[in-house]
Amino acid sequence: MGTGLVSVAYVVASVLFILSLGGLSHQESARRGNLYGVAGIVIAVVATLASVGDGGVVAIIIAVLLGAGIGIPIANKVEMTQMPQLVALLHSFVGLAAVLVGFSGYIEPLIATFGAEHTIKLVEVYVGVFIGAVTFTGSLVACGKLDGRIDSKALTLPGRHMMNLVALIVTVFLGAWFLSTDSLASGLIALILMTLIAAVLGVHLIMAIGGADMPVVVSMLNSYSGWAAASIGFMLGNDLLIVTGALVGSSGAILSYIMCKAMNRSFISVILGGFGQTTSSSGAVASDQKVREFSIDDVCDELRHADSVIIVPGYGMAVAQAQNGVSDLTKLLRERGVNVRFGIHPVAGRLPGHMNVLLAEAHVPYDIVLEMDEINDDFPNTDVVLVIGANDTVNPAAAEDPSSPIAGMPVLEVWKAHQVVVLKRGMATGYSGVENPLFFKDNTHMLFGDAKESIDKVVSGLRG
Amino acid sequence: MKLGIPKEIFKDERRVAATPVSVQKLIKLGYEVIVETGAGEAAHYNDEAYQKAGASLAVDTRSFWEAADFVLKVRAPMRNPSLRKHEIDLMKEGAFLACYLWPAQNPKLLDRLAERKITGFAIDSLPRISRAQKMDALSAMANIAGYRAVIEAANHFGRFFTGQVTAAGKVPPAKVMVIGAGVAGLAAIGTANSMGAVVRAFDTRLEVLEQVESMGAEFLKLDFDDEEGSGTGGYAKQMSDEFIKAEMALFAEQAEEVDIIITTALIPGRPAPKLITEAMVKSMKPGSVIVDLASERGGNCELTVPGEVAELHGVTLIGYTDLPSRMAKVASDLYATNLMHLLTELTPEKDGKPLVNMEDEVIRGLTVVQQGSITWPPPKAEVQAKAPPPPGTEEPSPEAMRAAAKASESRRRTGKIALLLVTAAALYGVGAHAPQSFLSHFTVFVLACFIGWQVIWNVTASLHTPLMSVTNAISGIIVIGAMLHLAQAESAAVGIMAFVAVLIASINVGGGFRVTYRMLNMFRK
Repeated sequence: MGTGLVSVAYVVASVLFILSLGGLSHQESARRGNLYGVAGIVIAVVATLASVGDGGVVAIIIAVLLGAGIGIPIANKVEMTQMPQLVALLHSFVGLAAVLVGFSGYIEPLIATFGAEHTIKLVEVYVGVFIGAVTFTGSLVACGKLDGRIDSKALTLPGRHMMNLVALIVTVFLGAWFLSTDSLASGLIALILMTLIAAVLGVHLIMAIGGADMPVVVSMLNSYSGWAAASIGFMLGNDLLIVTGALVGSSGAILSYIMCKAMNRSFISVILGGFGQTTSSSGAVASDQKVREFSIDDVCDELRHADSVIIVPGYGMAVAQAQNGVSDLTKLLRERGVNVRFGIHPVAGRLPGHMNVLLAEAHVPYDIVLEMDEINDDFPNTDVVLVIGANDTVNPAAAEDPSSPIAGMPVLEVWKAHQVVVLKRGMATGYSGVENPLFFKDNTHMLFGDAKESIDKVVSGLRG
Repeated sequence: MKLGIPKEIFKDERRVAATPVSVQKLIKLGYEVIVETGAGEAAHYNDEAYQKAGASLAVDTRSFWEAADFVLKVRAPMRNPSLRKHEIDLMKEGAFLACYLWPAQNPKLLDRLAERKITGFAIDSLPRISRAQKMDALSAMANIAGYRAVIEAANHFGRFFTGQVTAAGKVPPAKVMVIGAGVAGLAAIGTANSMGAVVRAFDTRLEVLEQVESMGAEFLKLDFDDEEGSGTGGYAKQMSDEFIKAEMALFAEQAEEVDIIITTALIPGRPAPKLITEAMVKSMKPGSVIVDLASERGGNCELTVPGEVAELHGVTLIGYTDLPSRMAKVASDLYATNLMHLLTELTPEKDGKPLVNMEDEVIRGLTVVQQGSITWPPPKAEVQAKAPPPPGTEEPSPEAMRAAAKASESRRRTGKIALLLVTAAALYGVGAHAPQSFLSHFTVFVLACFIGWQVIWNVTASLHTPLMSVTNAISGIIVIGAMLHLAQAESAAVGIMAFVAVLIASINVGGGFRVTYRMLNMFRK
């Protein structure tokens, strides 16, 4: 296939990718968006295959089929609650691929370059490998944290900012050496050393970020994987890679920004990490305050007399796998004419939009699942709010206590409802480690226990 | 202090301002309660029930008025025909009164109250803010009126509401048009819809579209997009002539088609707009019904006879002005609860003594006469402000806020300028030194970033997880680079590296798209 045709195919693929992201703006068009994406990739791969001639075609096909053969079954099997881990793991693959392609490009450049062009190309290789390596190890750590294999608490080594800074400076010096050397061997040594440093940096950066900030981390790594692809595109002089990388990169960046905004924190402070354990408890809550408990029957009773109910799920619902019970409860209440809606905080869960996916899996109609801004004004007219495994996102201290570490973070104002029922395992604090005055309010009652069991009991209580 | 619940003397008024349940709660606030004999009879609450709740009974009307310090009523005070005295004159001097007063329409009544040094709370003048909703009697009554309007219509309508296919033939569903989607309109929509009718609704305020649709009606839209009918406090405002013309054309067209019209259009402080003309009534099918909920204020239909049911041109026109009173029990329950909440606000100490805190926005709005002076209308407050500041946060002084804003503004400006300079320098460096081949790729890159920026902001928040998995799959496009290297690999090392890269990037592509597909399939209405 001629280069002209390949270029045209790449343009078509780029357009399809843009349409694919555009399709996600609405639920109705989202599925079509996904198909556009698939079509784009297929066109790009087929065009590339056709352009490379005979050499290596067999190897390529084997590798592609093998990869798809591994990827698709994993995607079929994964539980929706494990979605964050899977996404993080997949990011690490892009990072690793960028590193490998970067090395290949350095050892055996596809295009011969001289002078300034050569220098620029070396910079592109260097940057691509660096971002790739950080993405690779960082995503692996994020995946481990989300999966519970690594402690999700923020790891705060003494002088960690210093260590990161030193790593960056060393990287820059290695880069200068890498650009100045003419021998392939010493260039490779510089590149390998830098890759190792970047890998350690990736681990350290993500280790320092606490569990509550995971939505930001995952979207940030998403962004990195895009930039890595874009810099590889520069290296290869391939516009399709550049366009795609830029799309993914800006997508991740916007998501990170939205998540930070939702927590009222600056991007820098999230990246620098260490939020998870800086504060153990706020002094505002006196220790002699008592919480009031509800039994299952009390909850059933409240729900029976309610006209409007808002359910506020959090990560606890995902952990307890309670989404199907919640869906049954919703169906039951709606059949009785109760106005049931869901209030979703932007950073609920461990991934942007995590709760929406879980509720969708459990067949909760998406038009009653509302965002924080859409529903916050309705709490004063609501009879019962069920808070299921959410904590920091419903903390009134964010709005009322200027000394609180989460002060100013927009939260769901559940305490304005007539009755709040909090489903919770025990009195532990949320990921931010901040005490929650909601639990001590007059109109709040606690229902302790596993969320799934509690919800199932409430459902059978209401039926009985 | 003694709270008094009189028997309503307004014609056909069956409601009562307190129920045995609310009496119990009022007593908990520290008040004594005295009830006029037979006050709750029309609402099916007998005297014994009040006594059981802890209230004492007044033997006759005169002794009732002599005992009560704080009168809770439904209708505004009027002349008592049997005693030949006005209720205001029967009241103790300096007493309190809570009921409907309609201060805008009744300036003379306010004068009389002021003369007698009575403190008057007009439940109809409640500010429309979230905190006051538990006292919002207008909404509570409008809800009942909306429901009852449909029931009355059904009563006079000779067909089913719901469509049926029976062995004896097919019956089409009734078509209902509701004009004005306030509380009453929405209640009417919900009731008609639940009875199986096909419901359409019109309102000048486009913001109610979603509410209308959520109640199961179709929203009738005008092809007229540069005017929006929202006034302050969630009420409608007067519209322009062209708008009204377009609106009337729509009604005329609908009148020929629908079986039942329920009108609820009111503009605060004005007579009800005339929306249904005689010609439109004539064009309706014989047997159709019009319920005019605005009839007390002159009616939305030209032919409405306030308070009566009339039949003209084969159409039944229902102009009842006492729909809530026709459901006296539930109306009394809700109204009594509204007043009970008002008393709770007025008695923070629960000591049986009302405290008129004129600093409080809600109480300020309600209080139309205080100790001899007329305090209506209240000073204009920011009614359109969305929510009061969260309780407990101390308002910083305006100077401090201005200073802080200035500081952060100048900091932001410095930051912006610095960013601009750096960007300009970087662009200059690239433009001056980079070769042409790089520049063309650079152009593509920058444009793609902007496209991404534009496209991603449109993605709905609930689809953020699918967005991440799809971008992740797309970033597997790096497979192209790996393929090119694999195809041209000369050394084994590069070959192996490229092979692994193709493999894992393919995992990414396959897994990413597949999992997105699964997720998106789950989103359903």
